[in-house]
Amino acid sequence: MFRSLQSTPPLSFFNRLRPAVACVLFCLAGLSATPASAFCGFYVAKADSDLYNRASKVVIVRDGDRTVLTMSNDYEGDPEEFAMVIPVPTLIGRDQIHVGDRAVIDHLDAYTAPRLVEYHDDDPCQSRRRYFADTVMEMGAAPQSAARQLRAESLGVSIEASYTVGEYDIVLLSAQESQGLETWLREEGYRLPDGAAPVLGSYLKQGMRFFVAKVNLDAQARLGYTDLRPLQIAFESPKFMLPVRLGTVNADGPQELFVWILTRTGRVEASNYRTVRLPSNVEIPEIVEKDFGAFYRQLFAHQAEKEKRRAVFLEYAWDMAWCDPCAADPLTPDELRRLGVFWLDEPGPGRRFVPQQPAQDVFVTRLHMSYTASSFPEDLVFQETKDRSNFQGRYILRRPFSGDAGRCSEGRQYLEEVAERQEQEAQRLANLTGRPLKEIRREMALGEKPEPKPWWQRLWRDS
Amino acid sequence: MEEQKPRDPRRWQILALASLLTYGVTVLDFDVVPAVALTLVGVAVLTQWLASRAVGLPRFEVKSALISSLSLCLLLRAASPREAAVVAVITILSKFTVRARGKHVFNPTNFGLVVGLLCIDGVWVSPGQWGSAAVAGFFFLCLGVFVVHRSRRTDVTWAFLAAWGGVLFGRALWLGDPLTIPWHQLQNGALLLFAFFMISDPKTTPNSRAGRIAWAVLVATVAGYWQFALFKPNGLLFALVLSAPAVPLLDRLVPGERYDWGAAPTPSVPTPKGPLSSAPISTPAAAAQPTPVPLALSRSRSRRRRELPST
Repeated sequence: MFRSLQSTPPLSFFNRLRPAVACVLFCLAGLSATPASAFCGFYVAKADSDLYNRASKVVIVRDGDRTVLTMSNDYEGDPEEFAMVIPVPTLIGRDQIHVGDRAVIDHLDAYTAPRLVEYHDDDPCQSRRRYFADTVMEMGAAPQSAARQLRAESLGVSIEASYTVGEYDIVLLSAQESQGLETWLREEGYRLPDGAAPVLGSYLKQGMRFFVAKVNLDAQARLGYTDLRPLQIAFESPKFMLPVRLGTVNADGPQELFVWILTRTGRVEASNYRTVRLPSNVEIPEIVEKDFGAFYRQLFAHQAEKEKRRAVFLEYAWDMAWCDPCAADPLTPDELRRLGVFWLDEPGPGRRFVPQQPAQDVFVTRLHMSYTASSFPEDLVFQETKDRSNFQGRYILRRPFSGDAGRCSEGRQYLEEVAERQEQEAQRLANLTGRPLKEIRREMALGEKPEPKPWWQRLWRDS
Repeated sequence: MEEQKPRDPRRWQILALASLLTYGVTVLDFDVVPAVALTLVGVAVLTQWLASRAVGLPRFEVKSALISSLSLCLLLRAASPREAAVVAVITILSKFTVRARGKHVFNPTNFGLVVGLLCIDGVWVSPGQWGSAAVAGFFFLCLGVFVVHRSRRTDVTWAFLAAWGGVLFGRALWLGDPLTIPWHQLQNGALLLFAFFMISDPKTTPNSRAGRIAWAVLVATVAGYWQFALFKPNGLLFALVLSAPAVPLLDRLVPGERYDWGAAPTPSVPTPKGPLSSAPISTPAAAAQPTPVPLALSRSRSRRRRELPST
């Protein structure tokens, strides 16, 4: 979404963000947690965005032209080297800036994450009905001086405002032309990637300002925070968009972006790119349970490749008042307010979700994209639809009956069906993730593909 | 031996729209709910039939209703069949009620969509649903050219595409943006659908070529303002509705031959049958015109007789 820049001392931005191994947090916890009752299977695991170590996370709260933007980043380097530049559509006053709480974004992430649910087959000799098990597992969360002013003016750069908010030093810049802005940023110690100047110029001509944030080390030490908290800005603008172009200038590979949008009306979609639903509600092999996060990453990567990275993927669209099954409780009114939901009448501090609770008038959309400069040449533009239908990334495990099913004819028939079903699940997993079918079948310990039996063998099986 | 009548291009339009719908549902995974699609088609056809009877039209123009409803199926998304039914009724009735100088003022689908977006909860349009796949764009282009060619109003489509391209490329050049951005904006199935199937509607475009070109430029300008100055979605749809009232004005300023479905192109020499007399929507009296009719006489007759609603 935004381009992180660095100030002196110089250290390559990309080096700082280049982890050799994906930092996959994958803790299994909450095994004894209260089982979530649900109509459509029991929640087993979730795969949230912390599986992606280079992802930008943005939460947009919007109603009419009123917008609250929360930006979280995964920066883990030296705070002194951190800086970010974000184009913003209006001048932002001191009281329009706030430093948020990463925990709320993590909660929103967990609530909207794709989830794994399980069903248990009944004893085929007793009943062919399926029931839901009570197993719940959870997978871990998925991040001036006067001389300065004079110099800026001589370059045609206007420092419109300068604030210290929380641990951040923030300046709002406008400029007459991009060259002056680029020169000023470089002189101030920011290392701009090659090719950034034309993009800066384009934003300037569109009347946008630049929100530049650096870490104020003294303030950070005084406040006692070790990580960089999300920055929030509130503004009014008819532009319902997310500037992604700065982030793709000279990027070394696809950019990963998660956007959560909270509205009153309904689902949000991109109006200048295709919005595609991530394949969902499919039965997959039980082996996925071992590493559901890996499955989700493979699934998303394969689907993004299939769409040539030109699509925005919808991963969750739901009324915030409830969930089924719940990967995490819905956000409380207090949490929603901290994210910037300004239309809640009764914040109700810390009120827990109960099914009878009336709708909170908040609809959440989770979008996920992996893009490059060529696949996403222009900034993302969104539109709010009046669609309030629910969608979630939900993947189903069907546990075969574990008892002695072979003791009756129905049971023997059932075992054949299970073998066929597992073969289909293996093929489905291969199609969804692009993994070789042979490898999946080996991991599932499936024998050779069973020859389908003649249809008449099932016809008189009881005689 | 009876002279062969020119084919009504609307059958090709119906075929093209149905193909696009099939492509959208099967390949692009459109959110087309079968109940909503069936409602749109069923209610549109029923409304057309009832309205035709109510105003005493001699023929029931099912093709017109099918084109409008298939276009709605492609563009409109509705939460339930109820909202879809309301939009279908508005779409068809607009042809019978919002009229000026004997023609309906708005493209019916366009009018239905805009009224739906503004006034009905649970209705939306997904302009991004087509994606930007070049293959799909090419496919639309071929189909669209074919259809437009048969309805002989290609000039408005090309004029609009040129003007809209001018807006997009002009903006990119002014901003110093790479030209991949306007190319991406042009490779949009929704844009091609609009250019080839909506703005080209010969019943709601100016009668003269000069008028059509001026009008296409106006639509592109309004759409550019809507999208890039007001930052609102669905700029093309709103621009077409906002520009529609300019059509009667342009017809007065630059008069031209009125279009009839199925009629031959305006001949330079009068044909044994006047160009309007072969139209499938002609009144019995006009169709029975036995003697060669000079072009001028044909025009004056067309102004007197009742114009029948169609897309």
